[in-house]
Amino acid sequence: MPLQGNLRDFSTTQLLNLINLAGKTGTLAIFEGIPTKDKDAMGGVKMAAGKERARVAFKTGKLIHAALDDQDGNLVAVLNKAGKLTTEQARIIRERARNTSDKALALLLINANYVSQKDVVSSVQQHTLDVVYDLLSWHEGPFRFDDDQLPGSDRIMVPIDLENVIIEGARRIKQNEVLIQEIPNLDISLKFPENAKEKYKGVHLSVEEWRIVSFVNPKNTIRQIAKANNMSDLEIRKIIYGLLQAGLVQLVRSSAPILDGKGRVIPKAPAVQETVVRRIIDRIRSI
Amino acid sequence: MQQVKMIITGPFSSGKTEFINSISEIEVVSTERSISSEVERTVKDNTTVAMDFGRITVDDDLVLYLFGTPGQRRFDFMWEILAEGMLGFVVMVDSTKPETFREAKSILETFRAYAPTPYVVAANKQDLPDAWKTDDLRIALRIEDGVKLLPCVANQKESVKTVLLELLYSILEEMEAK
Repeated sequence: MPLQGNLRDFSTTQLLNLINLAGKTGTLAIFEGIPTKDKDAMGGVKMAAGKERARVAFKTGKLIHAALDDQDGNLVAVLNKAGKLTTEQARIIRERARNTSDKALALLLINANYVSQKDVVSSVQQHTLDVVYDLLSWHEGPFRFDDDQLPGSDRIMVPIDLENVIIEGARRIKQNEVLIQEIPNLDISLKFPENAKEKYKGVHLSVEEWRIVSFVNPKNTIRQIAKANNMSDLEIRKIIYGLLQAGLVQLVRSSAPILDGKGRVIPKAPAVQETVVRRIIDRIRSI
Repeated sequence: MQQVKMIITGPFSSGKTEFINSISEIEVVSTERSISSEVERTVKDNTTVAMDFGRITVDDDLVLYLFGTPGQRRFDFMWEILAEGMLGFVVMVDSTKPETFREAKSILETFRAYAPTPYVVAANKQDLPDAWKTDDLRIALRIEDGVKLLPCVANQKESVKTVLLELLYSILEEMEAK
Protein backbone atom coordinates (compact mmCIF):
# COMPACT_ATOMS: atom_id res chain seq x y z
CA MET A 1 0.00 0.00 0.00
CA PRO A 2 1.46 3.39 -0.98
CA LEU A 3 2.34 6.04 1.55
CA GLN A 4 0.04 8.99 0.91
CA GLY A 5 -0.50 12.44 2.35
CA ASN A 6 -0.04 16.14 1.76
CA LEU A 7 3.18 18.14 2.13
CA ARG A 8 1.40 20.66 4.36
CA ASP A 9 1.01 17.88 6.98
CA PHE A 10 4.20 15.95 6.34
CA SER A 11 6.96 18.04 4.79
CA THR A 12 9.48 17.05 2.13
CA THR A 13 12.20 17.07 4.81
CA GLN A 14 10.14 14.70 6.98
CA LEU A 15 9.52 12.44 3.99
CA LEU A 16 13.25 12.32 3.21
CA ASN A 17 13.94 11.49 6.85
CA LEU A 18 11.39 8.65 6.76
CA ILE A 19 12.80 7.25 3.52
CA ASN A 20 16.36 7.54 4.87
CA LEU A 21 15.71 5.90 8.25
CA ALA A 22 13.48 3.17 6.82
CA GLY A 23 15.98 2.49 3.99
CA LYS A 24 13.15 2.58 1.49
CA THR A 25 13.29 1.75 -2.20
CA GLY A 26 10.67 3.31 -4.43
CA THR A 27 9.42 6.48 -6.04
CA LEU A 28 7.91 9.57 -4.47
CA ALA A 29 5.48 11.47 -6.70
CA ILE A 30 4.24 14.95 -5.82
CA PHE A 31 1.10 16.28 -7.46
CA GLU A 32 -0.73 19.52 -7.98
CA GLY A 33 -3.38 19.88 -5.32
CA ILE A 34 -6.95 20.24 -6.52
CA PRO A 35 -9.18 21.60 -3.75
CA THR A 36 -12.27 19.50 -3.03
CA LYS A 37 -15.38 20.47 -1.10
CA ASP A 38 -14.36 18.16 1.75
CA LYS A 39 -12.33 19.01 4.83
CA ASP A 40 -9.66 16.83 6.35
CA ALA A 41 -9.59 15.76 10.01
CA MET A 42 -7.77 18.94 11.05
CA GLY A 43 -10.09 21.28 9.18
CA GLY A 44 -7.89 21.90 6.13
CA VAL A 45 -9.32 21.73 2.64
CA LYS A 46 -8.97 18.18 1.36
CA MET A 47 -6.84 18.14 -1.78
CA ALA A 48 -7.18 15.63 -4.56
CA ALA A 49 -4.10 14.67 -6.58
CA GLY A 50 -3.95 16.50 -9.91
CA LYS A 51 -1.16 16.62 -12.47
CA GLU A 52 2.17 15.15 -11.40
CA ARG A 53 4.73 17.88 -10.61
CA ALA A 54 7.78 15.92 -9.53
CA ARG A 55 9.12 12.40 -9.27
CA VAL A 56 11.97 11.34 -6.98
CA ALA A 57 13.40 7.84 -6.77
CA PHE A 58 15.25 6.20 -3.88
CA LYS A 59 17.16 2.96 -3.46
CA THR A 60 17.70 1.54 0.05
CA GLY A 61 17.28 4.98 1.54
CA LYS A 62 19.54 6.82 -0.93
CA LEU A 63 18.39 9.42 -3.43
CA ILE A 64 19.06 8.14 -6.96
CA HIS A 65 16.96 10.21 -9.38
CA ALA A 66 14.77 13.29 -9.44
CA ALA A 67 12.77 15.00 -12.16
CA LEU A 68 10.40 17.94 -12.37
CA ASP A 69 7.48 17.64 -14.73
CA ASP A 70 8.07 21.05 -16.32
CA GLN A 71 11.84 20.70 -16.71
CA ASP A 72 13.89 18.94 -19.35
CA GLY A 73 15.87 16.45 -17.30
CA ASN A 74 17.58 14.46 -20.04
CA LEU A 75 21.35 14.08 -20.03
CA VAL A 76 22.04 16.66 -22.74
CA ALA A 77 20.07 19.35 -20.88
CA VAL A 78 21.77 18.41 -17.60
CA LEU A 79 25.28 18.59 -19.11
CA ASN A 80 24.42 21.87 -20.83
CA LYS A 81 23.13 23.35 -17.56
CA ALA A 82 26.34 22.23 -15.82
CA GLY A 83 28.45 23.93 -18.50
CA LYS A 84 29.92 20.65 -19.77
CA LEU A 85 28.32 21.07 -23.20
CA THR A 86 27.78 24.33 -25.06
CA THR A 87 24.28 25.19 -26.23
CA GLU A 88 25.38 24.55 -29.82
CA GLN A 89 26.86 21.14 -28.92
CA ALA A 90 23.68 20.30 -27.04
CA ARG A 91 21.53 21.22 -30.04
CA ILE A 92 23.55 19.04 -32.41
CA ILE A 93 23.62 16.06 -30.05
CA ARG A 94 19.88 16.36 -29.48
CA GLU A 95 19.27 16.23 -33.23
CA ARG A 96 21.60 13.28 -33.84
CA ALA A 97 20.77 11.19 -30.77
CA ARG A 98 17.05 11.73 -30.57
CA ASN A 99 16.18 8.13 -29.67
CA THR A 100 19.26 7.29 -27.63
CA SER A 101 18.88 6.57 -23.93
CA ASP A 102 20.78 8.66 -21.37
CA LYS A 103 23.07 5.78 -20.48
CA ALA A 104 23.94 5.00 -24.09
CA LEU A 105 24.42 8.68 -24.84
CA ALA A 106 26.76 9.09 -21.87
CA LEU A 107 28.94 6.27 -23.22
CA LEU A 108 29.00 7.87 -26.67
CA LEU A 109 29.94 11.29 -25.28
CA ILE A 110 32.66 9.86 -23.03
CA ASN A 111 34.11 7.79 -25.88
CA ALA A 112 34.06 10.84 -28.15
CA ASN A 113 35.86 12.85 -25.44
CA TYR A 114 33.11 15.42 -25.18
CA VAL A 115 32.90 14.85 -21.45
CA SER A 116 34.50 12.64 -18.81
CA GLN A 117 32.72 10.05 -16.68
CA LYS A 118 33.31 12.34 -13.69
CA ASP A 119 31.54 15.19 -15.55
CA VAL A 120 28.51 12.99 -16.16
CA VAL A 121 28.33 11.77 -12.56
CA SER A 122 28.81 15.21 -10.99
CA SER A 123 26.34 16.90 -13.38
CA VAL A 124 23.63 14.28 -12.84
CA GLN A 125 24.23 14.43 -9.08
CA GLN A 126 23.96 18.22 -9.02
CA HIS A 127 20.81 18.15 -11.16
CA THR A 128 19.20 15.61 -8.81
CA LEU A 129 20.09 17.75 -5.79
CA ASP A 130 18.80 20.93 -7.46
CA VAL A 131 15.43 19.27 -8.06
CA VAL A 132 15.19 18.00 -4.49
CA TYR A 133 16.28 21.37 -3.02
CA ASP A 134 13.49 22.92 -5.07
CA LEU A 135 11.02 20.44 -3.56
CA LEU A 136 12.12 21.46 -0.07
CA SER A 137 10.41 24.81 -0.61
CA TRP A 138 7.08 23.21 -1.54
CA HIS A 139 4.67 23.36 1.37
CA GLU A 140 1.53 22.06 -0.27
CA GLY A 141 0.62 19.22 -2.58
CA PRO A 142 -0.57 15.64 -2.35
CA PHE A 143 2.21 13.04 -2.43
CA ARG A 144 2.42 9.29 -2.88
CA PHE A 145 5.35 6.97 -2.28
CA ASP A 146 5.20 3.68 -4.17
CA ASP A 147 7.48 0.97 -2.83
CA ASP A 148 9.86 -0.75 -5.26
CA GLN A 149 8.91 1.42 -8.23
CA LEU A 150 12.10 2.69 -9.91
CA PRO A 151 12.95 4.59 -13.12
CA GLY A 152 13.87 2.57 -16.19
CA SER A 153 17.37 1.09 -16.37
CA ASP A 154 18.22 3.46 -19.24
CA ARG A 155 18.36 6.40 -16.80
CA ILE A 156 21.61 7.38 -15.09
CA MET A 157 21.17 7.03 -11.36
CA VAL A 158 23.77 8.33 -8.92
CA PRO A 159 23.22 7.35 -5.26
CA ILE A 160 23.30 10.34 -2.88
CA ASP A 161 23.22 10.09 0.94
CA LEU A 162 20.17 11.87 2.30
CA GLU A 163 21.64 13.24 5.56
CA ASN A 164 23.18 16.30 3.89
CA VAL A 165 20.02 16.93 1.87
CA ILE A 166 17.90 16.79 5.05
CA ILE A 167 20.20 19.23 6.86
CA GLU A 168 20.03 21.58 3.87
CA GLY A 169 16.23 21.27 4.05
CA ALA A 170 16.24 22.37 7.69
CA ARG A 171 18.51 25.33 6.84
CA ARG A 172 15.90 26.54 4.37
CA ILE A 173 12.96 26.51 6.81
CA LYS A 174 11.73 30.04 7.34
CA GLN A 175 8.57 29.50 9.38
CA ASN A 176 9.18 29.41 13.10
CA GLU A 177 5.75 27.79 13.69
CA VAL A 178 6.84 24.60 11.96
CA LEU A 179 9.91 24.39 14.17
CA ILE A 180 7.97 25.13 17.35
CA GLN A 181 5.55 22.33 16.51
CA GLU A 182 8.45 19.96 15.97
CA ILE A 183 10.50 21.06 18.99
CA PRO A 184 8.03 22.65 21.41
CA ASN A 185 10.24 22.28 24.47
CA LEU A 186 13.77 23.74 24.64
CA ASP A 187 14.31 22.45 28.18
CA ILE A 188 15.17 18.96 27.05
CA SER A 189 18.61 17.67 26.19
CA LEU A 190 20.21 15.76 23.34
CA LYS A 191 22.34 12.69 22.91
CA PHE A 192 24.14 11.01 20.03
CA PRO A 193 22.63 7.93 18.36
CA GLU A 194 24.25 4.56 18.99
CA ASN A 195 25.89 4.41 15.56
CA ALA A 196 27.09 8.04 15.71
CA LYS A 197 30.44 7.40 14.02
CA GLU A 198 28.75 5.85 11.02
CA LYS A 199 26.05 8.54 10.91
CA TYR A 200 28.50 11.46 10.88
CA LYS A 201 30.67 9.97 8.14
CA GLY A 202 30.41 12.13 5.03
CA VAL A 203 28.08 14.68 6.62
CA HIS A 204 28.85 18.31 5.76
CA LEU A 205 27.94 20.58 8.66
CA SER A 206 28.38 24.33 8.91
CA VAL A 207 30.53 25.90 11.64
CA GLU A 208 27.41 26.77 13.66
CA GLU A 209 26.10 23.23 13.35
CA TRP A 210 29.42 21.76 14.50
CA ARG A 211 29.42 24.14 17.45
CA ILE A 212 26.02 22.84 18.51
CA VAL A 213 27.14 19.23 18.00
CA SER A 214 30.11 19.86 20.32
CA PHE A 215 27.65 20.70 23.12
CA VAL A 216 25.50 17.58 22.68
CA ASN A 217 25.38 15.92 26.06
CA PRO A 218 22.41 14.68 28.11
CA LYS A 219 23.45 17.19 30.79
CA ASN A 220 22.93 20.22 28.52
CA THR A 221 19.43 21.37 27.63
CA ILE A 222 18.79 22.87 24.19
CA ARG A 223 18.15 26.22 25.88
CA GLN A 224 21.54 26.09 27.61
CA ILE A 225 23.26 25.20 24.33
CA ALA A 226 21.54 28.16 22.63
CA LYS A 227 22.63 30.50 25.41
CA ALA A 228 26.24 29.26 25.31
CA ASN A 229 26.31 29.89 21.56
CA ASN A 230 24.42 33.17 21.67
CA MET A 231 21.69 31.82 19.40
CA SER A 232 18.02 32.76 19.17
CA ASP A 233 15.27 30.16 19.71
CA LEU A 234 14.65 30.12 15.94
CA GLU A 235 18.33 29.56 15.10
CA ILE A 236 18.82 26.75 17.59
CA ARG A 237 15.52 25.07 16.65
CA LYS A 238 16.47 25.15 12.97
CA ILE A 239 19.82 23.46 13.62
CA ILE A 240 18.46 20.90 16.08
CA TYR A 241 15.57 20.10 13.73
CA GLY A 242 18.03 19.35 10.91
CA LEU A 243 20.24 17.21 13.13
CA LEU A 244 17.20 15.33 14.46
CA GLN A 245 15.72 14.72 11.03
CA ALA A 246 19.08 13.49 9.72
CA GLY A 247 19.29 11.11 12.69
CA LEU A 248 22.50 12.76 13.94
CA VAL A 249 21.14 13.49 17.43
CA GLN A 250 18.28 12.21 19.55
CA LEU A 251 16.12 13.88 22.18
CA VAL A 252 16.59 12.76 25.77
CA ARG A 253 13.36 12.39 27.67
CA SER A 254 13.46 13.86 31.16
CA SER A 255 13.09 11.58 34.15
CA ALA A 256 12.92 14.46 36.62
CA PRO A 257 9.77 14.81 38.71
CA ILE A 258 7.04 16.55 36.79
CA LEU A 259 5.51 19.63 38.31
CA ASP A 260 2.06 21.07 37.78
CA GLY A 261 1.36 24.73 37.10
CA LYS A 262 1.72 25.57 40.81
CA GLY A 263 5.06 23.83 41.17
CA ARG A 264 3.65 20.75 42.90
CA VAL A 265 4.94 17.33 41.97
CA ILE A 266 2.28 15.44 40.07
CA PRO A 267 1.64 12.12 41.82
CA LYS A 268 3.01 9.04 40.11
CA ALA A 269 0.86 6.14 38.99
CA PRO A 270 -1.16 4.56 41.80
CA ALA A 271 0.68 2.03 43.93
CA VAL A 272 -0.86 -1.06 42.43
CA GLN A 273 0.43 -4.50 43.26
CA GLU A 274 1.72 -6.88 40.62
CA THR A 275 -1.04 -9.33 41.49
CA VAL A 276 -3.65 -6.73 40.54
CA VAL A 277 -2.08 -6.29 37.10
CA ARG A 278 -1.89 -10.08 36.65
CA ARG A 279 -5.59 -10.41 37.56
CA ILE A 280 -6.50 -7.77 34.97
CA ILE A 281 -4.38 -9.58 32.36
CA ASP A 282 -6.15 -12.87 33.09
CA ARG A 283 -9.54 -11.19 32.87
CA ILE A 284 -8.83 -9.48 29.54
CA ARG A 285 -7.45 -12.69 28.08
CA SER A 286 -10.72 -14.41 28.97
CA ILE A 287 -13.00 -11.83 27.33
CA MET B 1 -13.76 -2.68 45.82
CA GLN B 2 -10.48 -1.66 44.19
CA GLN B 3 -10.73 0.48 41.06
CA VAL B 4 -7.98 1.08 38.54
CA LYS B 5 -8.12 3.13 35.39
CA MET B 6 -6.49 3.40 32.02
CA ILE B 7 -6.72 6.33 29.64
CA ILE B 8 -7.43 6.06 25.93
CA THR B 9 -6.30 9.27 24.25
CA GLY B 10 -5.54 10.56 20.75
CA PRO B 11 -6.60 13.19 18.23
CA PHE B 12 -10.14 13.94 17.13
CA SER B 13 -11.70 10.98 15.30
CA SER B 14 -8.84 8.57 15.98
CA GLY B 15 -11.16 5.82 17.24
CA LYS B 16 -11.09 6.18 21.04
CA THR B 17 -14.82 5.73 21.62
CA GLU B 18 -14.91 2.75 19.27
CA PHE B 19 -11.93 1.20 21.08
CA ILE B 20 -13.67 1.38 24.46
CA ASN B 21 -16.96 0.21 22.97
CA SER B 22 -15.32 -2.93 21.62
CA ILE B 23 -14.24 -4.19 25.02
CA SER B 24 -16.39 -2.56 27.69
CA GLU B 25 -18.88 -4.84 29.42
CA ILE B 26 -21.30 -1.99 29.87
CA GLU B 27 -22.59 0.18 27.12
CA VAL B 28 -20.10 3.01 27.02
CA VAL B 29 -21.22 5.95 29.05
CA SER B 30 -20.46 8.57 26.50
CA THR B 31 -20.77 12.31 26.75
CA GLU B 32 -21.01 12.69 23.00
CA ARG B 33 -22.54 15.82 21.58
CA SER B 34 -23.47 16.78 18.06
CA ILE B 35 -20.56 18.54 16.49
CA SER B 36 -21.07 22.26 16.14
CA SER B 37 -18.18 22.97 13.82
CA GLU B 38 -18.81 22.31 10.15
CA VAL B 39 -15.23 21.14 9.70
CA GLU B 40 -15.48 18.51 12.37
CA ARG B 41 -18.94 17.45 11.22
CA THR B 42 -17.51 16.38 7.89
CA VAL B 43 -15.43 13.76 9.69
CA LYS B 44 -18.11 12.47 12.08
CA ASP B 45 -21.44 13.56 13.50
CA ASN B 46 -20.79 13.23 17.23
CA THR B 47 -17.74 13.80 19.35
CA THR B 48 -16.76 13.21 22.95
CA VAL B 49 -16.79 16.47 24.89
CA ALA B 50 -15.79 15.30 28.36
CA MET B 51 -15.01 11.60 28.36
CA ASP B 52 -16.08 8.13 27.42
CA PHE B 53 -16.35 5.69 30.20
CA GLY B 54 -16.09 1.89 29.89
CA ARG B 55 -15.82 -0.82 32.52
CA ILE B 56 -14.32 -4.28 32.81
CA THR B 57 -15.12 -6.14 36.02
CA VAL B 58 -12.09 -8.26 36.87
CA ASP B 59 -13.57 -10.07 39.90
CA ASP B 60 -15.62 -9.35 42.99
CA ASP B 61 -13.24 -6.76 44.32
CA LEU B 62 -11.44 -5.32 41.29
CA VAL B 63 -12.73 -3.17 38.45
CA LEU B 64 -10.85 -1.66 35.52
CA TYR B 65 -12.22 1.58 34.10
CA LEU B 66 -11.34 2.82 30.64
CA PHE B 67 -11.59 6.56 30.12
CA GLY B 68 -11.55 8.06 26.65
CA THR B 69 -10.41 11.66 26.46
CA PRO B 70 -12.09 14.28 24.32
CA GLY B 71 -10.06 14.61 21.13
CA GLN B 72 -10.64 18.27 20.47
CA ARG B 73 -8.03 20.64 21.87
CA ARG B 74 -10.61 22.98 23.37
CA PHE B 75 -11.44 20.29 25.93
CA ASP B 76 -7.86 19.59 26.94
CA PHE B 77 -8.44 21.07 30.40
CA MET B 78 -10.14 17.71 31.09
CA TRP B 79 -7.07 15.67 30.23
CA GLU B 80 -5.04 16.31 33.36
CA ILE B 81 -8.01 15.53 35.59
CA LEU B 82 -8.59 12.26 33.75
CA ALA B 83 -4.90 11.36 33.82
CA GLU B 84 -4.54 11.58 37.58
CA GLY B 85 -3.89 8.15 39.04
CA MET B 86 -3.93 6.30 35.72
CA LEU B 87 -2.23 2.91 35.51
CA GLY B 88 -1.16 3.55 31.94
CA PHE B 89 -2.42 5.04 28.69
CA VAL B 90 -3.04 4.21 25.06
CA VAL B 91 -2.46 6.83 22.35
CA MET B 92 -4.72 6.14 19.37
CA VAL B 93 -3.54 7.31 15.94
CA ASP B 94 -5.62 7.15 12.78
CA SER B 95 -3.09 5.53 10.42
CA THR B 96 -4.95 6.87 7.37
CA LYS B 97 -4.84 10.57 8.34
CA PRO B 98 -1.32 12.04 8.23
CA GLU B 99 -2.83 15.45 8.95
CA THR B 100 -3.42 14.26 12.54
CA PHE B 101 0.08 12.88 13.20
CA ARG B 102 1.47 16.16 14.51
CA GLU B 103 -1.48 16.43 16.91
CA ALA B 104 -1.02 12.81 18.01
CA LYS B 105 2.63 13.51 18.79
CA SER B 106 1.70 16.56 20.81
CA ILE B 107 -0.98 14.66 22.80
CA LEU B 108 1.50 11.89 23.48
CA GLU B 109 4.04 14.36 24.89
CA THR B 110 1.35 16.05 26.99
CA PHE B 111 0.28 12.78 28.60
CA ARG B 112 3.88 11.69 29.15
CA ALA B 113 4.35 14.87 31.12
CA TYR B 114 1.29 14.25 33.32
CA ALA B 115 2.65 11.07 34.87
CA PRO B 116 5.56 8.70 34.21
CA THR B 117 3.30 5.74 33.54
CA PRO B 118 3.77 3.16 30.79
CA TYR B 119 1.96 3.71 27.51
CA VAL B 120 1.53 2.15 24.08
CA VAL B 121 0.64 3.67 20.72
CA ALA B 122 -2.20 2.01 18.79
CA ALA B 123 -2.02 2.51 15.02
CA ASN B 124 -5.74 2.37 14.31
CA LYS B 125 -7.54 1.62 11.02
CA GLN B 126 -4.78 -0.72 9.85
CA ASP B 127 -7.45 -2.62 7.90
CA LEU B 128 -7.89 0.29 5.46
CA PRO B 129 -5.92 0.37 2.20
CA ASP B 130 -4.41 3.82 2.70
CA ALA B 131 -3.16 3.15 6.24
CA TRP B 132 0.49 3.99 6.90
CA LYS B 133 2.52 0.97 8.01
CA THR B 134 3.49 0.82 11.68
CA ASP B 135 7.22 1.01 10.82
CA ASP B 136 6.61 4.25 8.93
CA LEU B 137 4.42 5.61 11.71
CA ARG B 138 7.16 4.97 14.26
CA ILE B 139 9.50 7.23 12.30
CA ALA B 140 6.81 9.79 11.45
CA LEU B 141 5.71 10.10 15.09
CA ARG B 142 9.30 9.80 16.35
CA ILE B 143 8.43 7.00 18.76
CA GLU B 144 11.39 5.50 20.55
CA ASP B 145 12.30 1.86 19.94
CA GLY B 146 11.41 0.84 23.50
CA VAL B 147 7.82 2.03 23.13
CA LYS B 148 5.29 -0.42 21.71
CA LEU B 149 3.53 0.70 18.54
CA LEU B 150 0.79 -1.79 17.79
CA PRO B 151 -1.41 -2.30 14.73
CA CYS B 152 -5.04 -1.91 15.72
CA VAL B 153 -8.57 -2.05 14.39
CA ALA B 154 -10.62 -0.38 17.10
CA ASN B 155 -13.92 -2.03 16.21
CA GLN B 156 -12.44 -5.54 16.55
CA LYS B 157 -12.44 -6.89 20.07
CA GLU B 158 -9.38 -9.14 19.59
CA SER B 159 -7.33 -6.23 18.30
CA VAL B 160 -8.36 -4.07 21.27
CA LYS B 161 -7.57 -6.91 23.68
CA THR B 162 -4.07 -7.20 22.22
CA VAL B 163 -3.41 -3.49 22.69
CA LEU B 164 -4.62 -3.51 26.31
CA LEU B 165 -2.68 -6.69 27.09
CA GLU B 166 0.51 -5.22 25.64
CA LEU B 167 0.04 -2.14 27.81
CA LEU B 168 -0.48 -4.36 30.87
CA TYR B 169 2.65 -6.37 30.03
CA SER B 170 4.60 -3.10 29.87
CA ILE B 171 3.19 -2.08 33.26
CA LEU B 172 4.18 -5.46 34.68
CA GLU B 173 7.69 -5.23 33.22
CA GLU B 174 8.15 -1.83 34.79
CA MET B 175 6.98 -3.14 38.17
CA GLU B 176 9.33 -6.11 37.95
CA ALA B 177 12.24 -3.84 37.02
CA LYS B 178 11.81 -1.73 40.18
